[in-house]
Amino acid sequence: MIDLCKVTKTYITGTVEFKALKDIDLQIDRGEFVAIVGPSGSGKSTLMNLLGCLDVPTSGEYRLEGHSVNKLTSNQLADIRNTKIGFVFQAFNLLPYATSYENIEVPLLFAKVSAKKRRDRILELLALVGLADKLNNKPTELSGGEMQRVAIARALANDPDIILADEPTGNLDSKSGTAIIEMFHQMWKSGKTIILITHDMKLADQTQRIIRLKDGAIDGNGNLA
Amino acid sequence: MPFQIIKQFFNDMRRQKLRSMLTMFGIFWGTCSIVLLFAFGTGITEAQIKSQKGIGENIAIVWPGITAREFKGLPRGRRIRPTEDDIRLIKQKAQSITHISPEYSRWNVKMKYSRNETIRNVVGIWPEFGLMRNLIPDYGSRFINNLDLSKKRRVAFIGNILKEDLFHEEGAVGKTVMINNVPFTVIGVMKEKKQDSSYNGRDARKAFIPASTFRTMYSFRYVNDFVIQCPPTVSMERAKREVYEIMGAKYRFDPDDTEALKIWDTTRGFAFLRNFFLAFNTFLVGIGVATLITGGIGVTNIMNVVLEERTKEIGIKMALGARKSAILSQFLFETMLITGIGGILGFLFAWGVVSGVGMMGFEDYIGVPRVSLFSGVLAIVLLGIIGTLAGIFPARRASNLQPVQAMKLF
Repeated sequence: MIDLCKVTKTYITGTVEFKALKDIDLQIDRGEFVAIVGPSGSGKSTLMNLLGCLDVPTSGEYRLEGHSVNKLTSNQLADIRNTKIGFVFQAFNLLPYATSYENIEVPLLFAKVSAKKRRDRILELLALVGLADKLNNKPTELSGGEMQRVAIARALANDPDIILADEPTGNLDSKSGTAIIEMFHQMWKSGKTIILITHDMKLADQTQRIIRLKDGAIDGNGNLA
Repeated sequence: MPFQIIKQFFNDMRRQKLRSMLTMFGIFWGTCSIVLLFAFGTGITEAQIKSQKGIGENIAIVWPGITAREFKGLPRGRRIRPTEDDIRLIKQKAQSITHISPEYSRWNVKMKYSRNETIRNVVGIWPEFGLMRNLIPDYGSRFINNLDLSKKRRVAFIGNILKEDLFHEEGAVGKTVMINNVPFTVIGVMKEKKQDSSYNGRDARKAFIPASTFRTMYSFRYVNDFVIQCPPTVSMERAKREVYEIMGAKYRFDPDDTEALKIWDTTRGFAFLRNFFLAFNTFLVGIGVATLITGGIGVTNIMNVVLEERTKEIGIKMALGARKSAILSQFLFETMLITGIGGILGFLFAWGVVSGVGMMGFEDYIGVPRVSLFSGVLAIVLLGIIGTLAGIFPARRASNLQPVQAMKLF
């Protein structure tokens, strides 16, 4: 499903060139639960950006479901992010002025889903993440765990194949973190491909496969389950 | 999506009250300036033109003169004094003159009704005079007609001020007024009109009688002057030329000798006034437009600040699948909302001021200010252009952000 071939990503700041990713070769199959681990500065987030089509490689090729991402227009990339990939961020990244309902509605609006279907889907997702009674609450009125559950509901809005989670429990207490990881397991069991970016090895150990990054290169790529 | 944008817009407004108010104030004041300046400019212009029109539209007044050139063996310095027959001749021959009337005039004539007395000007004219000079009869009255003229009737059409002097609140039509101790029946009273120029007093203070009656009363051989009118499509220069040619042929003077007959061409005054007020209004609207543009620049600056504040939000939306066009339209829409709300408030405020001033009775000084369709359309078109220009640059910057840059993930 995901196929990276000799992918590099270089950032240039003034005259300084920094290679964040170096010749990455990586394949992730449909329905896999993968953890990408590594210390700070190892290139985890850069890899997530590329996998999530938030950025494009400097060289090499990224093929998603057989299509070369390098050749897609910005609109096509936007459509992929809208329908194929769901993002869960460490900092939740909810719109602060919007309610839980409205936050989940955003990707549905970009997908031009009708009002009736949007409403049904949002209520279904809020029930799924256990926040049916918090649909009118703004992020400031929710706990960290609740915010992340809204973010998960938002990531699932357009029923994407891939869920990309960047340190999803990083800002949560252990109880909330455990609940969130349980939700990822449920998503995986329902057939989603889960890619978890973390530096927490306990979390990584709960996945099928751990991809270790070090200094922008893959240091280890093994199957656990 | 627009609902969310509107909601976010009002949320931002609540959070940044002062900033939002100041931004909108620029547009508010710009729109207000355009509409107010245009409304007052139009009011003053219309008042001036109306006053000018009080004397008549497309008319010229011709007085006797003295030749300044020798012509066909005749010396200069000859007096040319038109008679009513000359006026009939001009009426018969001139192609470009639609109306013509002699004007006999007598100053300081005693007029009396009951115990009320006054001393005013009496004028002998043809019925066409009323049309040319906008002497509109008030309700229930009429102007002098051809039958009055042919039968030399002792009837009078009086100005509204003269009516007040003689009759006060009482109705004048049908009553007998003594003019120079001769009884005249009042057949009409002039409807009040604006008149800021004259040559023998305001029409409102005069009594108008048939020219034939006047001649019988005072035995005038020559007219004091005559009034000509040409259609708006014809140049007064052509009409004047015809007068000089017809009169020149009869009295044997050079048609180019403009001293032989003195002519006051009122259309020149109109042309000057029109040009002056066009320049005046253009200047006023220019000030308004400049103010509005300044407001627009303020909006652009604020939208750039908003962009900085919302960069992360843009990144989040892009991560969730927003296309460039969605980001672009969000920013444009917000800018349009700011300019639209500011513009509408400015327009309503200006409209309120104009309506208020209109009711305060400054009509004689500044005319009646009027919010014109043109100023409304101009303000809307300008607001549209300014809103688009003010929004397009920040909006393009926002939509061209890379999602990853916007979210500052790396």
